[in-house]
Parts: sequence; structure tokens; C-alpha cells
Amino acid sequence: MPNLAYPGPHNIHRHVLPNGITILAYENFASQSVVIDGVLSAGSIIEPRSQAGLANFATSLLMRGTQARGFAAIYEALEAVGAGLEFSNGRHTLEFAAQSLVEDFDLVLELMSQSLRTPTFPAEQIELVRGQIMTGLQIRANDTSRMAALAFYDMLYPQHPYGQSISGYFETIPHLTRQDFVDYHARYFGPRGMIIGVVGAVKAETAVAKIEAVLGDWQNPAQQEPPAVPSMARPVQQQRQHIAMPDKSQVDIILGLPGPLRAAPDYLDAKLMNTILGVFGMMGRIGENVREKLGLAYYAYSRLQGGIGPLPWYAGAGVAPENVDKAIQAILQEVERIQQEPVPAAELADSQAYITGSMPVGLETNAGLANVITDMAYYELGLDYLQRYPDLIRAITPQHVQAAAQKYLSTEQIAIAIAGSVDGYQ
Amino acid sequence: MSTTQPVTKTILDNGLTVVTKEMHHAPVASFMIWYRVGSRHEIPGITGISHWVEHMMFKGTPNFPGSELDRMISREGGHWNAFTWLDFTAYYETMPSNRIDLALRLEADRMTNTIMEADEVESERNVILSERGMYENDPRFRLSEELTAVAFRVHPYHHEVIGDEADLHVMTRDDLYHHYRRYYVPNNAIAVVVGDFDTEAMLARVQNLFGMIPAGAATTPVHRQEPAQRGERRVALSGPGDAAYLTFAYKIPGAAHPDYFALALLNAAFAGGSSLGMFGGGGTNKSSRLYKALVDTELAAAAFGSLEPTIDPFLYTLHAVARHGRSLADVEAALEAELARLAAMPVTQTELDRALKRAKAEFVLAGESITGQAQLLGLAEAVIGDYRWFETVLERIHAVTLDDIERVRQTYLHKNNRTVGWYEPTEEEEVA
Repeated sequence: MPNLAYPGPHNIHRHVLPNGITILAYENFASQSVVIDGVLSAGSIIEPRSQAGLANFATSLLMRGTQARGFAAIYEALEAVGAGLEFSNGRHTLEFAAQSLVEDFDLVLELMSQSLRTPTFPAEQIELVRGQIMTGLQIRANDTSRMAALAFYDMLYPQHPYGQSISGYFETIPHLTRQDFVDYHARYFGPRGMIIGVVGAVKAETAVAKIEAVLGDWQNPAQQEPPAVPSMARPVQQQRQHIAMPDKSQVDIILGLPGPLRAAPDYLDAKLMNTILGVFGMMGRIGENVREKLGLAYYAYSRLQGGIGPLPWYAGAGVAPENVDKAIQAILQEVERIQQEPVPAAELADSQAYITGSMPVGLETNAGLANVITDMAYYELGLDYLQRYPDLIRAITPQHVQAAAQKYLSTEQIAIAIAGSVDGYQ
Repeated sequence: MSTTQPVTKTILDNGLTVVTKEMHHAPVASFMIWYRVGSRHEIPGITGISHWVEHMMFKGTPNFPGSELDRMISREGGHWNAFTWLDFTAYYETMPSNRIDLALRLEADRMTNTIMEADEVESERNVILSERGMYENDPRFRLSEELTAVAFRVHPYHHEVIGDEADLHVMTRDDLYHHYRRYYVPNNAIAVVVGDFDTEAMLARVQNLFGMIPAGAATTPVHRQEPAQRGERRVALSGPGDAAYLTFAYKIPGAAHPDYFALALLNAAFAGGSSLGMFGGGGTNKSSRLYKALVDTELAAAAFGSLEPTIDPFLYTLHAVARHGRSLADVEAALEAELARLAAMPVTQTELDRALKRAKAEFVLAGESITGQAQLLGLAEAVIGDYRWFETVLERIHAVTLDDIERVRQTYLHKNNRTVGWYEPTEEEEVA
């Protein structure tokens, strides 16, 4: 029986504005706050290699000056009422999130709309943010887990936009110009395809009317669709790269290969497989083997990203330099085991129960609710997805899990990135 | 259905403090156990022992074997974790509310029955050394560790929660077990339950599961108080890294002191961010004086202030990350000048009003999360001994005046009361 306590078609109010913005409003009067979670297809995928970091840089400038307000005035207004508004980039999306007391909802909507529609990219703010991004890149260069991730994507996705860093590089950030940001905004920002989830102590029809009041008249005839995502073959053989960071006392390892699309028919099989492998309990079989049994690492896990393109499946671990090879071997043994042996029924049931049981825990805050509701729309899962989800998970068998492991994992066709100080690696 | 019931507080015959709060907006409950033990209770030779005991608490009991614990929580859809800090060690489980009984049974059992086998202690030694290695990779940890050690010569806040590496190599299973038996007793613990349950039934169940655990000996008070500081102290580090960090750390009183909330508001008005002075929060600080003086001027990439509730006097810190190409000397001079300006032009009514409004928003947003409520109520009990310290925070910060804020600035934010830390990257490294 569908659980009507979860958000679904019966209590999510879906409204599409004439200009193409989809609004999903969900009422929750438990606390006097309201949260917005929005998404627009304007991610870093549009960047050529020579402009890596462009979308992220431009996004950092959205609240640095609009036609209505300068940088100082925007933050004076927001911080005076303890509200939050943030824009961020993924590979495919520009995302925005806002939270405030209900009494400040109008102000937040106004600032959100102005930032989306009329950012001015002031020259002095560009230089200020450029300096901050460069400092951020310096900090990244000193962070073993981020350097391992950088090398991992670079190795796994040659000649592919996923191979590039969303934050950019020392070689690209200095050359991005104001015109680049203006062009990016003019091409990819617009109402078409935008999704806005709104959750909190506001009546749904009021929330819709208020959003329509600030965004309903927005038009951008020049708005472009982002380029299609190229598919990505696996590496032909095992590849390794070591980023030498000699003064580090810990080494980070990331290994993996391109994973399934979110829209793949067997995506949930793969998700459950990954839960068993590197999530359940204290990070699944990988955590159990690498962290608990062998005591090799402070953390060890695996993740399946599953987006609209072939984002990776990967496993990661933080280990002492002398344990690098042992940890990699232990992770690959677990990959091989889940490919070769059917998962015992009890272990499968545990992970199924975990995935279905943890749903309400993710829905205890307005931000959690808004995130789930927006995702349902973005990935076109249907607004009844939360009602169907437990049954979809429970229907997965050990054969499905094994098939997903055989199809999506490999011990040979993978990239292995290691960052830190390791003897014997050059 | 969407009603929140008042908080209740009960003390069982064995001394266990029990705090409950019903919240019914989601079918979720959170159970926490706080032990009044942390790095504050450690002496040289066993630094890091409270945190290590926390790790061993996940290794199991005869009734709840370690290999099964994660599975039991996870298959009910719960998540759990623990944290060790200066004054306390806390464990929590957040579960679908109809499964929360498992958390109560588990915590009641491991309050007394954790085994701590010697080989598990040994394998955890590697994990903890590896955790310390991970922290050492971060220049901010290195700076904080050295700076705190310079600021506190006598008080055990001197050392980091993770402990000194020398001690982590030699501590024994018996040291850990002794620490566990001494501090993990009901009269040294606080149980907090928040979420979707019935208070009366919940209290009966807590009594049923925890009531028969015998009280332990009273723990000895921490007597090594830090003498007053009589001059600026400085610590300069260099090491791997590509960014330079500056910290000013002023000694301030503990959370129970009447000046604490005046200091929290001084921080909110000067540096922005949180107005409550609890666990982080508060959002951006781009309209603050600190940000305008250091970041808008392109000297720093980031700047923020922070204080946290502690039992004994600890530190109010101002942090800046130098912008690439800027020297720490320039950043420090600008921060010094801005503090001088704060003395000449004290916090205004407008700045105070904004800080108070932010406090209201923070308080309401904190109220959405069941796990977050349990943490804030537990924090108040563990540090102050009274959950109302959190429940009534808005009333008490509204009682703070501009005169109070200026007085605490004069009392605590002066040169002789601070420790200045520099971290500069060594030069040869250039990783792309």
C-alpha cells in the first residue's frame, strides 16, 4: 500500500508557468521557515578544456552584483535577516538553494530572481573572486583526497568533459574574461526547463503566486540546450597514476570506471549493489574488509553517482603510505567477490531494508524534502516515485545485483589514482 | 499532529539524566547518550583516550557483537555516529520512530558491556594513527594544535581531542578499559530522546532499560585551571601547503559565564556568522566588518570568527586565509587595524538588531531537524547542566546590551590575552 505520509501526487502541488518553469510546492507548517531548491541545465559540461572553471566562476559572481543591487547590498539584505541563498554548479546543472523565515520569503525570492536574471558581473568583483578561486586551487593542491579525485577523472575521461575539473585550473582561471561570463549567462540561463521546489510554512498556491510574480515574465529566446553528453568507454586496461605529495602522512586512493546513467533500466540494481559493496553499515563490504578486518584505513567506501551522463562508480580510501597496495587489493577482492558470488539473501535483505527504511530520516527537514522533490522532477521519476520506491527496491534479487556488478564493475578496466607520499611509486 | 511538546527532564535513581522532547512532524526519532568525559579529563600519557574509547564502543558487546552493530542499525533504516570533544563524548542513533527501541537497547547494553578485546584495540590503533595522519595533512589542524598548546600551558584543553602521537603508540587495552569503566556510568551520563514518540511510554522504557545499571563512583573534578595570561603569545609554523593561515585566539570564559552570550553577539556583529555561539550555523558573513576589512580589500580569501560552548575558559578565534600572493604580516596588520576601529567605533544598535534577527532565524531553522534538536539539548546539559540554556537562548541574548558587548570587548579582546598563530607554506612545493 502506498505510504501517503511521504510527499506524492496527492500533496505536491505541481504548476508549470507559461515561460516553462516547473514549480513543485509542498506545505509543511511544522516550523516557521521556507526552503527553495532549484535546478537549471547550465553546468560545467558546456566548457571547452581551455575554459575549464568558467561556469563555476560565473556562478560565483551571480550574487556579486545585479542590476538592482550591488554585492554589499545583496549580502546586507540577506544577512540582516539570517537568510541563506546559494548558487552552485554540477557537471550538468546550476543549482540554487535558499532558506529563510517565512516572514522573509519575499526578500529571498527577489534576491534569487535578480541573481538569476540580471547579474552584472562587475569587473572589480571578477578580480576579487578570481583571487579567491586561485587560493582555492592552491588549497586543493595540498589536499590528498581532492588531488586523487582530480587525477582519477583526468585519467578516466580523456577527451571528455567529465575529465575536467569543475573548479578549473591554474592555467585556465587567469584567462577567463567578463565577456565569457556574460555569454555563458546569455546562452544558458532562462526559464525553459527550470525546476523550483518550495517547501515550508507557506500555502502552495501562495508559494506559486509569489514565484510567478518574480519569475513569470522572464523570457530568454536565445536560451540554448546544453550539448549532449558523449558516452565513455572503459579504460582498456588498468591504469595507475600517482600524484607525489611528499610531506603528506596519509595517502588517498580513488579507483573506478564509468557507471550507469540514472535513467538506465537497471540503475536501482546497480544502486543496491553499490550499497552492499560500499555503503551499508560502516561503508559496506569494502569498509568491513579494509577498515574493520584489516585495520588499513580511516575510511573506505564506494559511490555510484548516476546522473544524466556516464558519471563514475568509484571506491575510495584514506590509508597510511605503507598500506596502499594492500588496500587496493582488498577493494578489488570485494569487487571480484560481488561479481562472482550471488549475494546471500540475508545480506540483500539488510541493504534493501536500509534503503527503504532510511527514507523518512532523509525527509525530516524542509531542505531534505525540497531536495527529494526537485530530484524527482529533474530525473523525471514521477511524483509518485517515493510511493513506488520501496517496492522497486524490494523486487531486486541476488541475480539482479550480480548482473549489475558484472555489467558495471571491473577489476581490470579501471583507473586508479593515488595522491600522497608513497615509496616505490613514481 | 504537528505539535511539539515541552521538554521534560528526569533524573533516575542511579543518577542518569533523561531529557525528552516530542516532535511529530516526521516519523523519526533520535536517541543520544552523552558522557561527561572528553579531552578535558585526560593527562599526559593518555591523551586521546576518550576518543579512542569512543572508537572501541563500536566493537561490540556479548549481546551486540561488533560485526552485527552496523547491520542492525542500518537494516532498520537508521544512521548512527559518535563524536568526542573537549568536555563530552556523545553517541546517537536517528531511526524511523517505530524502530527507536533498538537504539535504547543498544546504548543501555554498551554503557556497561563493551568487551574491548586486545587485538581489536591493536587494529584500532592503526585506524586512529591513520585518522591523526589525515588531520595532519591539513595545515589548519597543524596550526590549531600548536596554537592551542601555546595558549594552554596548564589546562588539559592544551592537547587535541585525537591525542598526541606519542601517547597513541603506547596506550594499552587496560588504560582504555579503565577509562571506560570509570566514566561510562549512569551518574556521568545524559540520555536525550527527541522526535515522534509518547513521552510517558518513552520514559518508562528508559527506566526499564537503564534503571538497573548501578551508579559508579563520582568522577574527580578537573582542577588544573589555566592561570591568567599576561602577554601576547605567538606561534609560527611552516610546512607543506600552498595557502597561509592566520589565527588570533583570545581566552574567554566558559559557556555558563554571564559574558558568554555578549561575546557570541560581539562575534556575530563583528565577524558575522552564528549569533547563538553553539554548533556552527549562521550562514555567510559577507556584510560583516571582518569580511569587509580582510576579504573585500583582497588581502584574504576568507575570514571568520568562532566561539564554542565549553565548561572551562577556552578560546574566541578569528581566522583568515591569506589570498595568494599576500603576506600574513599584511593580513595581520589589517586585522589589528580593524580591531582598533572596533574599539573606536563600538558595535551599533543596528548591528546588534541584525545579529538578534539572525539568532531567531538560526533558532527556527535548528528546530527543523530532530537530530539537531537532540544535539543542542544534549550539548546544553553536558556543558551547562541545564537544557534550558538552549531552550531560552533567545530570551537571554535579547537581554544583552550594547554596553555589555563593549565591556566584554575591552575585557577579553586585548593583546595581552591572545595567542597569534601563523602557518606559512614552505616554498619548494608547486603541485599543479
